[in-house]
Amino acid sequence: MCLGIPMRVTEIEKNFKAYAETMGVKRPISIKLVPETKPGDFVLVHAGFAMEKIDPVEARKRIELFEKMLNLEGLD
Amino acid sequence: MEQGSFGYSVTNYNRLTEQLLNKVLKLGQKIAEKKGKKTKIMEVCGTHTVAFSRSGIAQLLSDVLDLRSGPGCPICVTHQQDLDYMISLSRIKEVIIVTFGDLLRVPGSFTSLEKEKAKGADVHICYSPLEAIDLAAANTQKEIVLLGIGFETTAPTIATALAQAREKGLKNFSIYSTLKLVPPALEALLHEKKFDLDGLVLPGHVSTVLGSNTFDFIAQKYALPCVVAGFEPLDLLMGLYYLLNSIMEEKAELTNAYAHIVKEKGNKTAKEIINLFFEEGETLWRGFASIPGSGLKLRTEYNDFEARSRFNNLEIPQTEVFSGCSCGDIITGKLTPFDCLLFNTSCTPLTPVGPCMVSSEGACSAYYQYRQQTQQEILLH
Repeated sequence: MCLGIPMRVTEIEKNFKAYAETMGVKRPISIKLVPETKPGDFVLVHAGFAMEKIDPVEARKRIELFEKMLNLEGLD
Repeated sequence: MEQGSFGYSVTNYNRLTEQLLNKVLKLGQKIAEKKGKKTKIMEVCGTHTVAFSRSGIAQLLSDVLDLRSGPGCPICVTHQQDLDYMISLSRIKEVIIVTFGDLLRVPGSFTSLEKEKAKGADVHICYSPLEAIDLAAANTQKEIVLLGIGFETTAPTIATALAQAREKGLKNFSIYSTLKLVPPALEALLHEKKFDLDGLVLPGHVSTVLGSNTFDFIAQKYALPCVVAGFEPLDLLMGLYYLLNSIMEEKAELTNAYAHIVKEKGNKTAKEIINLFFEEGETLWRGFASIPGSGLKLRTEYNDFEARSRFNNLEIPQTEVFSGCSCGDIITGKLTPFDCLLFNTSCTPLTPVGPCMVSSEGACSAYYQYRQQTQQEILLH
């Protein structure tokens, strides 16, 4: 039940109400727990709430890190 | 879609996943040669149990890894006594129960919420706990009871619903809290030392709230390597790669393999709102004796929102535990679903005996859906 879905915030209204979208699905969410959220941010959504912002730079970096590591260590 | 995760192409993503899988398999083989046994790892979170089985990673690595489920499926750890209480609440005429869908089919001692709903009980399935607030505002002649089930990830969402109920002055809203905390349960589990784990995969989304450093005690106090991991196949493999390296090098350390979402100190706002409404208290878990400080109870000043005191002269049936059900041992990693005699015989998703077969993140349900082939192989050997 601690299912979390990465979504992109599209609009922000009053009282921490916002809308987020993933793969063509748009849902109302609450940004009460991550109040600094801005439109365009990626957030992790659980039970209709943004739980944390997703850092796209960090996300890319860790993939690149593993690419480098596999190249260095070799595949065997 | 050409572009996958953050501009990284899907083809590259899949290639990297495949390469990493081979890498992890080889690492697992090395450890198996060194130690002469499979590496025993507990995935604490129910969503991880499902992710490992659904992606096929558990099956592909089953020669080198012995994956055990932990106490991280909220429905599965809910005690029979609490289930009976919640079902009894649904039988009160003016009550509307608001719950996450998983709970509906979980058998209580004599009946389930689903059966009560069929008989006319008003049970509303919600996606967000805030739906309970809208229902309460729209149905002032009714009593809305939100079933507070979940861990640290869900607790702040329930707390936000409470904050809204307070702001709006709602008099017909209450919660039945069986909210639970993961670290005390892990302490209780590791303290028992009944079986030897080599490492743990820690719950990624509980960690978004608590912060990765909450779990430092596992490495420091219990000398066990552990990793905070995400839920996509690549996330799972990155987690396993770090964990197996720590195990290989015999380093008791915590690694955060989910750092683009999980911060070291977690989400301060979420922790504050939990603390505003709740305090730690003793609570019952399936599979454990009662664990001190492992539950979230409403603070006394918010007792008006407590369903237990609002409906205190309720008749609760004497709780009965089903004989033969191994859920308690499965969620503490002592057994796997294949060890349970009821699994895929009298207990199936259509006729579930225990909660692990009902919940979409229960270990038995995941093994039933994705791992029956493995069961066949075990039976043939």
